[in-house]
Amino acid sequence: MLENLEKKHMTNDPSGLAIETSGLVKVFGETRAVDGVDLAVPSGTVYGVLGPNGAGKTTTVKMLATLLRPDGGEARIFGKDVVRDANAVRSRVSLTGQYASVDEDLTGTENLVLLGRLLGHKPAAARVRAAQLLEAFGLSEAAAKQVKNYSGGMRRRIDIAASILNTPDLLFLDEPTTGLDPRSRNQVWDIVRAVVAQGTTVLLTTQYLDEADQLASRIAVIDHGKVIAEGTKGELKASVGAGSVHLRLRDAAQRAEAVALLETALTGAQVQLEPDPVALTARVGNGDNGSGAAAQAAAALAELARADITVDNFSLGQPSLDEVFLALTDREAGAETQEAAA
Amino acid sequence: MSTATETQTTAKSPSQSGAEDLAPVTTESLAELLVSKERPPQPSPWSASVTFGWRAVLKIKHVPEQLFDVTAFPIMMVLMYTYLFGGALAGSTSDYLQYLLPGILVMSIVMITMYTGVSVNTDIEKGVFDRFRSLPIWRPAVMVGYLLGDMLRYLIASVVMVGVGLIMGFRPDGGVLGVLAGVALLIVFSFAFSWIWTMFGLLLRTEKSVMGVSMMVLFPTTFLSDIFVDPSTMPGWLQAFVNNNPVTHLASAVRELMHGEWPGSDIAWTLGWAGVIVAVFGPITMRLYARK
Repeated sequence: MLENLEKKHMTNDPSGLAIETSGLVKVFGETRAVDGVDLAVPSGTVYGVLGPNGAGKTTTVKMLATLLRPDGGEARIFGKDVVRDANAVRSRVSLTGQYASVDEDLTGTENLVLLGRLLGHKPAAARVRAAQLLEAFGLSEAAAKQVKNYSGGMRRRIDIAASILNTPDLLFLDEPTTGLDPRSRNQVWDIVRAVVAQGTTVLLTTQYLDEADQLASRIAVIDHGKVIAEGTKGELKASVGAGSVHLRLRDAAQRAEAVALLETALTGAQVQLEPDPVALTARVGNGDNGSGAAAQAAAALAELARADITVDNFSLGQPSLDEVFLALTDREAGAETQEAAA
Repeated sequence: MSTATETQTTAKSPSQSGAEDLAPVTTESLAELLVSKERPPQPSPWSASVTFGWRAVLKIKHVPEQLFDVTAFPIMMVLMYTYLFGGALAGSTSDYLQYLLPGILVMSIVMITMYTGVSVNTDIEKGVFDRFRSLPIWRPAVMVGYLLGDMLRYLIASVVMVGVGLIMGFRPDGGVLGVLAGVALLIVFSFAFSWIWTMFGLLLRTEKSVMGVSMMVLFPTTFLSDIFVDPSTMPGWLQAFVNNNPVTHLASAVRELMHGEWPGSDIAWTLGWAGVIVAVFGPITMRLYARK
């Protein structure tokens, strides 16, 4: 079954890529909103595009969904060029924009029937499909209400429902959970997982690292219109070090001593003091003799014990995407200042 | 599908009080819906346009107040101009009404065409347009849909005005057929004329500027015509403008049709102008639409 799906999705493009862009550029006046973006998104996966507000995420998505013409570079969706073959692209993608992309004056049912008709369904078929989707999205009771009376979570649902009237091969979700409460957010995540399980490729933009962490298999980090890092979650995390050691000491007075010890015991560690006076975090680098983070941490703990520093609590984790993100954007900022100085 | 999972919230409570009590998303039934990959063929340009026209009708259904401009405004126009000018211009209001009503009908409808521009302008920034533009459909369908919805509004306004006219003593010699022919010609011309406003709706940044520009265009084109008076009393240079104004051709054609005559050349001029306006402003509108 899965093989069949994959095959089906790859028929038009031998590379098996849902999205392929090279040097994509969009300029608004003086601002280079998107400044040379290269992406390669494999079919059947969730690809996260992560970045702060104004990084160029939405502009990139709009170009890929044929809503904006690129000013430079190329983009292909399943092998079809977004400018030359726009209609072929449109027939395979769906877009759920950052703001509700349904008609707020119409009811839930009317919206879905309208879009169903525009996608070529006969009136009866469009009504059946609309009712099924409203049912599956738990919106049956709100079906006859105007969308402007929907809550944030309901809008998101009707929006995504509108995007899967015809099961798309590629679904763009532009910040699908911005402004949602945690429960509605979890439900949107469930929907995304269900959609991907059926073989649809999803390009998800988000400014929430845990969202990318939860859903995406590969992630591109975008800042100032450029991709500053790309890879699997593991790769991105590994790129900023092997992991982080979180420690809680019994005696706050010993913290300075502990910091000194850790800095020598852990190769290239950066020790960070937490707001809590007994807590500290050390980012463990890749050991020079190739030793893993755990081995280094164990050695460091032994050092602390030898110095009679009591450790109440200890944990070793991969760096969170938050740390990755901050490290990457800091590095960018650093590089820029150096450039400016030079 | 083995991957499908049920969300943790189970019991669907029958009374939904708000966002917090939303019925759960049933990912199993969702998965079933997604399995079908069949895609119906792309709708024809006509079918897509009619669907957008249906959207306009639904909006009228949900916000009936927007019919104010096609009901109250035209009634006001008929009453005002008939009783204001009737005695002075034609000796009696009932004589004047026979001349004025077809013209004032033309003026009202041509004036309300500008609302097309206003609604395009207010709608275009909404998220739903991104969705429409990402659909594989005939591109002008969205705009044609607006105009189809507006044609319904023009029809309503025409019915209201002719009705008021009949009550006030308007007696068209052309009978039902003549009146219908006149209204049909007017609606065809208005459909074409509205493309000017779709262009401005897309071109200008605010609703107010759309209204401002449309007034600049509409006042001269409707007043400097033969709607109120016979152009033969005007100075020569003005006659030159008035006699070549498309609204004059339209008003003359509608008036004569309603009074049982066959104004072949005015009908031809009107349809010719309609064709030219669509040919010029249609493509400009679509260019602007693609660029938005």
